[in-house]
Order: sequence, then C-alpha cells, then structure tokens
Amino acid sequence: MKQKKDVQQGTLALMLLKTLDMLGPLHGYGIARRIEQISGDLLSVNQGTLYPVLLRLEQEGAIASEWGPSENNRRARFYRLTRAGHKLLEAEKRDWEQTAAIIARFFDAKAGDLA
Amino acid sequence: MRALHRLRTRLRNFTTRSRGDQPGDARGDARLREEMEAHMAAQTEENLRAGMTAEQARRHARLKFGSVEVVREDYHAERGLPFLESLMFDVRYALRVLRKSPAFSIVAVITLMLGIGANVVVFGVFNAILLRPLAVNDPQSLYQLRHKMWTTGKLLTHSYPAFEDYRRRNSTFSGMAGVYGYSGVELNWQNAVSELTGDEVTSNYFDLLGVQPEVGRFFHAADEHGPGSVPYVVLSDTLWRNTFHGDRSVVGTTVELDEHPFAVVGVAPAEFHGMERFVWPQYWLPMANEGQVGPGSDYLHSRTAINVTVIGRLKPGVTVQQATEDLNAIAAQLAKEYPETDDGQSLRLIHPGLMGDAGDVIRDFLWSVSALALLVLAAACANLASLFAARAADRSRELALRVALGSSRRRLMRQLLTEALMLSLFGGAAGLLGAELLLGVLNRWYRFGGPLAVSLDARVYVAGLVFTLSSALLFGIVPARQAWQSSPLQSLKNGPSESTHVRRFALRDLLLGVQIAICTLLVTASLVAVRGLGRALHAPMGFQPQGAMLVDMDLPRADREAADTLEKRKAMIEAMRSIPGVTAVGTVSRTPMTGGMHGIPIFQPGTTDFRIVNAVLAPYVFPMSPGYLEAAGTRLLDGRDLRWQDTTKTPYVAVVNETFAHKMWGQSPAIGQHFIVYGHLTEVVGIAEDGKYHDMQESPQPVVYPALSQSDTSEGVIVVRSRRTPSELTAALQGTLRSIEPNVVITLQSWSDSLADMLFPAQAATVALGVMGLLAAMLAITGIFGMAAYTVSRRKKELGIRMALGARNSQVMRAAVGRPMVLLGVGSVLGLLAGILASRLLQHLVYQANPRDPVVVGGAVLTMALLGIAASAIPARRALAVDPSNLMREE
Repeated sequence: MKQKKDVQQGTLALMLLKTLDMLGPLHGYGIARRIEQISGDLLSVNQGTLYPVLLRLEQEGAIASEWGPSENNRRARFYRLTRAGHKLLEAEKRDWEQTAAIIARFFDAKAGDLA
Repeated sequence: MRALHRLRTRLRNFTTRSRGDQPGDARGDARLREEMEAHMAAQTEENLRAGMTAEQARRHARLKFGSVEVVREDYHAERGLPFLESLMFDVRYALRVLRKSPAFSIVAVITLMLGIGANVVVFGVFNAILLRPLAVNDPQSLYQLRHKMWTTGKLLTHSYPAFEDYRRRNSTFSGMAGVYGYSGVELNWQNAVSELTGDEVTSNYFDLLGVQPEVGRFFHAADEHGPGSVPYVVLSDTLWRNTFHGDRSVVGTTVELDEHPFAVVGVAPAEFHGMERFVWPQYWLPMANEGQVGPGSDYLHSRTAINVTVIGRLKPGVTVQQATEDLNAIAAQLAKEYPETDDGQSLRLIHPGLMGDAGDVIRDFLWSVSALALLVLAAACANLASLFAARAADRSRELALRVALGSSRRRLMRQLLTEALMLSLFGGAAGLLGAELLLGVLNRWYRFGGPLAVSLDARVYVAGLVFTLSSALLFGIVPARQAWQSSPLQSLKNGPSESTHVRRFALRDLLLGVQIAICTLLVTASLVAVRGLGRALHAPMGFQPQGAMLVDMDLPRADREAADTLEKRKAMIEAMRSIPGVTAVGTVSRTPMTGGMHGIPIFQPGTTDFRIVNAVLAPYVFPMSPGYLEAAGTRLLDGRDLRWQDTTKTPYVAVVNETFAHKMWGQSPAIGQHFIVYGHLTEVVGIAEDGKYHDMQESPQPVVYPALSQSDTSEGVIVVRSRRTPSELTAALQGTLRSIEPNVVITLQSWSDSLADMLFPAQAATVALGVMGLLAAMLAITGIFGMAAYTVSRRKKELGIRMALGARNSQVMRAAVGRPMVLLGVGSVLGLLAGILASRLLQHLVYQANPRDPVVVGGAVLTMALLGIAASAIPARRALAVDPSNLMREE
C-alpha cells in the first residue's frame, strides 16, 4: 500500500520536474494542465495531490517559488527549476531510463536467447 | 544531502509552528489556501470557456482537484514532522487525562518511584562494586595470588621471601608486586602529629599497575639499593588535600614518619585507591624501608610472617590455567626447600579488589539483591498494569467513541502507551532523585561511604532510563492490547458497567495473582533476613562483647619500647582491675573476628622434625594474660586460668578450647596432656568453651591460649569488663594509668561496636531485604485495595440489587472482596513455594537463612493475611454501605 503510493509520488515528482524543465516557471494549475496534456489524460490524478509534492521538492531545494501575476491577473505562485533541480532531473532521468531499459530487455528476452 | 536540507526546513517549520497552537493560522496554510483558490478559479474559468454552466464549472473544478482536506493534510505532513506533532498531541492529551485523575496518577508515580528508585540504588551499588574497574592500566590482566590457606585459616597473603621466590621463578607473569596492607605510621608534619594507615609496597608497584602520578613522581624499582635505601612516600589524593591542603610544593619536602625522615615524592591520582575497594590507603611506602616504620618486626626476612599480598600481571597470551600450574610447581619446590614453613599448597588466581574470596560472597549477595529489586519493580509493574487495565475498561466508551470517529487503533494504542510512558517518566525521575538522596545519605554513613563512594554515573542514569522505559512497556502494553482488541460497537452498545465482564477470569486477576506471589516471596525473603540477623546477633560466639571495652593505649613512640615489658603490663592490668566497677581485665594478642588469621602447627610431644607435614593440628593461637577469659566472658569449663607466675622459667602452660581437646585426645581428659606449640612443650591446664574466631559461619575451630608471659610477643589488646559507662571508665582508666605511664592517651571502644563491622554485611542485607519487603507489602496492599475497590465500584448496582432482594451481609462481602481474597490465597501459596525453592538465593544473602523455618512461613502467611484484611477492609465496608434505595434512584 505504502510502496505503491511512494512510486506514484516519485513518478509525479519526475513529471513535474520535467514539465518545469521544458516550459520554465509555471504555477500549480499550469503544471497540472501540462501534465494532463502530455500524459494524454491517461493519468487519473487529483490535481490537488500536486501541491504536497511541490512543497516537498521545494523543501529539498529542487525547485523554488515566488508570487507573480497569472494570465487572468490573479496572484499565483510560480515554480521554477533550480540548479539542484536540474541535476536531480538528470539523475532521475538516467535512473528511469536504466530501469526502463532493463525491464524492456526482460520483456524482449526469448527462451532461445539464453541457450 | 537533499534529505538533510528537507529535514532542516521541516524542523524549522515544526518549531515555528508549535508556537502558534492552531495549525490553521500558520503562514504556510495561508499560502496553500491561496494557491488552491487560484487553482480552482483558473479551472472554473477554463470550464466556463468550454461551455459549462457556472454551477457545473465549479463542481467539475472541485472534483478534478480532489479532496481539499486530504491535500491539506498531506501538505501539512510534508511541511512539518507529523510524527513529532502527533506525539506532542498525545503527550498533551495524556497529561490532561492524568491531571483529571490525580489520585490514580499520584499512586502510580509513587509506585514507580519506589520500584525504580530501589533498582537504581541497587544498581548504583552494583556498579560501584562490581562494574567499575580498578583505576589501573589493563585491570583484566591483573591477578592476586590466593594462597588457598596456610594450614588452616583464611589468609590472602604470603610471606615476603615466598613472594620473592614466586617473582623470580615464575615464567608466566610479566611482573609481580607485593603489598603489605596493614601499615600504620605516625606522621609528624609542621609539628602536627596524626596517625595514618597505608600500604607498604614493593618499588615496582606503580609501574606494574601502570598508574600515573597526579603530582610529582612515584618511586621505581631503580630507586632501590637495599634495605632502607628508598626513604620516599607517595601520598593519596585524599591525604594530600586534607592534611597538606592540596599544596603542590609539598612534593620534594621531607616529612617525619615514625620519627624517620621521608621525602614526599608524589601524589597518587584521585581515582586510585590501591588494590582493595573497601580499604583505601592514605600513603604508599617502599617496602625496602619497612624497618623504619611500624612495630619493630621485620617481615622481609621471615617465612612465618605471612602478610604480603601478591599481585601479578599475566604475560600477554598466557592463560590463568597456565599461570596457576606454573605457580603450583614453584609452590611444590618451595615446600621441599622450606619444609618447616611452606606447605606447598596450591594457589589460585583471583581478581583483586574485593578482599579475596569475600568477593564471591559480595557478588552473590549483590546479584541476589538485584534479582529481588527487579522483582519489586515487576510487582510494581503488575500493580500498575492491573490499574491501567481497569482504567482502560472504564474508558472503553471513550476509546470506542474515538475509534468510531475515525481514530486508528494504532493511534489509540500509541495514546495509551504515551500515557504509560508519561507516568513512568515522572516515576523514573522521582525514583532517580530519591535514589540520589538516599545514596547521599548512605555515602555520609561512614561504614558505607568512607572508602566506597557510590555515585550516580552515566551508567546508572542509563540503567534508570532502561528501568523506566521497560516498566512503561510492561504496564502500558496491557491496556493497549485491550484497546486493540476492543470492538467499538460492542462497547458503545453496552453501558460501562457490564458486570458479566468482571466475573470472567480476567487478565487483571492474573496480574494481581502474580503481584501477590512476588510480594509474598519478597516478604518471605525479608523475614528470613531479619530472622537470620537475629540469630547471628544471638549466636553463641564464645565471648560476651556486651559490657566489655577494648582499651587502646597510645604512647609516644619513645615510651613504647619501655612500656612493653611484662612487669609494666602486669602492673597496668592490676591497676585497672582495682578500679571500682571493673570486674575483670586481661590482655590477648588479638580479639577474635578481626580477620586474617591462620593456624599454627601443633606437634605431638617428642617430635623432633618440625616439618609442617608432621603437624597434628593447626589451631588458632591467642596468647593471653590471666584474666582475659573472664574479661571476655569466655567460660572456663575445666581446670584453671593461667597465672602471672607462669613465666619462661616455669613449665609452659596453656588453656585450650573444647574442640582442640576433643580433636587431640578424644574422650580422655585433656588436663595434664602435653603438645608442642612454637617449639615449646606445653601442658594443658584448662579447658575453655568453644566460640567463633574468624567469622560467624565457621565450623568449630581448635584454639590454644598460651600464656602471654611465656611467649615472645607482648603486643596485645586489653579487654576490660565493667559495669560503668564508657566515659566514666575512660576517665578512671586515664587517671589510673597516668601514675604508671604519664604520657599515655587512652581510647576506649565498646567491644560490641568494634564487632559491628563484622556484622555489617548481615545488617546491610537485613536493611536491604527489609526495605524490599516493606515495598512489597505496600505494593500488595495497593494491589489488593485497587482490585477490591474497583470490583465494588463496578458492581455497585448489582450489589444494591442483591441487597434489595435480601442478600445477607456475608453474601455481599463474598461478592465484593471474594475474588481478591482467593487471589491472595493462591498468590501467597505460590509465593511461599517460590520462596522455599529460592532458598539457595536467600542463603547467599544471610547467615543461617532458612525459608522453611516455621516462624518465617507463619510470619509470611500472617503478614499476607493482615495485608489482605487491611487492604480490603475499606472496599468491603463500602460494599456493605451501599444503600439500595439510593442507588436505584440514582440510575
């Protein structure tokens, strides 16, 4: 139960970092929309779950935030990637690709290959 | 790194938040709220743009966002330290709950205080005596040579020549040092005279031990060039601070010891007190100079003066077994070379510090007392567990409500455990404080404190914490378990007073039973101890210390030699005898029970080869003057006392005790028989009663009392039996002796007082066990009382109905306190059985302990019965006082 949540959280954090990396500073709603768009609405995540993750990443120093005016002239909190966040993203990306590659190999493996 | 960064932020958030009590008004919460509002507004706008109605748009936005409360909770959890936060809530809530029932809390804290305090005190003593190593380098490789015994006797020492032989011939020790621990000198410094006791040690002593001086230097083997060549003295830290005011410049100056100049070379570190834990020397002198101090006996060249304690450091890699074999081979050689003095007995290696084998007794004693103290704590925990369980049952509605409202069971359990922990922390703190105070008092008590200061060091505090936490766990787990198993629905449906619950055999009953069993065991143990002490105090010792005084005559050294003439001694004794009120006076070489005795070989008449193997018996020998037996209160069973007329020119005579006579000559009359002691053919002129000579536990020992006037020693203790008070007697003695010896200073000590040291272990054991017994009794009372009172309060309604239906008083009583009484009976029987089974444990504690003693068994049963009656009297009365009509109306 707990582990599943962790994985989800980790994944969400990675998506979040990548989004900020791609699009520059964004507010919470913006991030949520982008993630929805990129994932093609396949993810059924409550948008609200984003905020605790954002807070954690900020506490870890991966992102920074400040108030700014939004498109509709409301005050919104804008998040941007820090240098540490860049490094973290790179590391996470490598990790993820490695894991994915390994899993892919397992799926591709046929009994004959091992003989 | 990242985790650290995060922890720091969270900690900061946690600490800044805990100032504002409400979690809602912190800055972070406002930020989240604003962010969420902005988020929702943006989503709603987009929905509107997509063509939804305003109502639909808002709803959709909310749905998409998810539960605001969950997000908020997660957000908080990320922000601060949720574990710590909920812990703080638990603690605050626990404090509130405990404050709400002050009586319960106070009883619980006091119970724990007693239990934990007792354990801390015991552990403190344990720590000071057994766990703290001697302040020397690598104490583990240091051993004392225990010469099993010399003929008979309980010596821990060797003769100096034998020590030299062991030192030179062994191949298993990297070094050996000798200690003469009975040294006493008169210090003359700046015209102030004081009496000191200390150690005379071989010059390699400090180097062997690896001790570094606090000030100045120590003496070394290289300083020694023959007898009298090392006029150096090392001061103990205490002596240096007290007598020399901690003055560093005293090092290098010369002081006078027994009128010989000695240079103060250094001061030992404060934590170093020689090799014995209970005897702290005030100074250390090189043994090479022993001829200049103390009485004129020269022990360095005598194989019969057996008074050097030998310590040695094993070579690395050598086992105790190998070293012992090596030493025994040397002992066998020595027996061949010196057949008249060395008997070749095998040796044992022991760790120094606890007066040789007395260590075993002390260790056993401490282990046993620790076990009993832990039992007290266990009983206290059982007591609290049942109290807690009862409370938890009463609170079952509250707990059920909390579960129903969504509190997790884990959280509930944590809450109950927190309550237990709070209580035990308070109890533990109070216990530590109490223990510290008690140890302070004990330390000031001279016999305990003097040399052996029991202090609370880090280890004791840690132990106290362990006691506290483990007791919290022990008594907290029971209600927590109950909370875990309880079903909220059931508890809410039934009222709090379901009497069916009480009738069942509950865990509480088991706890009370256990508690009573433990308490009975402890009460039995303390009764055994008290009885043992009583017996020890009244055991036939073969002399009557009550009403007898030991006279210590202090003469200036110059006058000492002159005073030691037989004529003078006789004159003094006769002068004392003539003081009105004095009934008997006599001198003896040493009084019984003063330790360190050994047998003297006795030979049959006609023996010419005085090798030890030819000896027929090795009795203790007490040279005495006429009148000693009467003064000591030792009955003369047959024959006559010695006379002043028995001198070296008349035939040698002696009084012997019954055991000696019996062992030598069986049933035939002993008077007129002869034997050889100290090389003199001696005739038996009298038979004295048996007694105790070394310790209370010894078997009957043979004893010879030869005439002091016929022996070459004239040292001795004067025993005066008198009906007058010590102060009167001192003045009278002083006056009388002045006329014979003008410079004499008299100090008197009652014989009973001087024996008190002998009985100290028994007394200490009795006090310790007595206190434990009292604690146990108190716990038993509170336990039974709590149980009975609880039953009565829970069943008030039922009792009321019974009474209304015409139940008799006896029936009500049975219903009210029957169960605690049954438990009391069962528990007591079990406890008594345990006590009898644990008799081995008890025997370590006290002399003549016998838990099967009918007086002890009867006493324990009576005590428990009285405790039961006392504890259940109030609940029983309360049960009888239930007024049915009132009760019915109330509900």
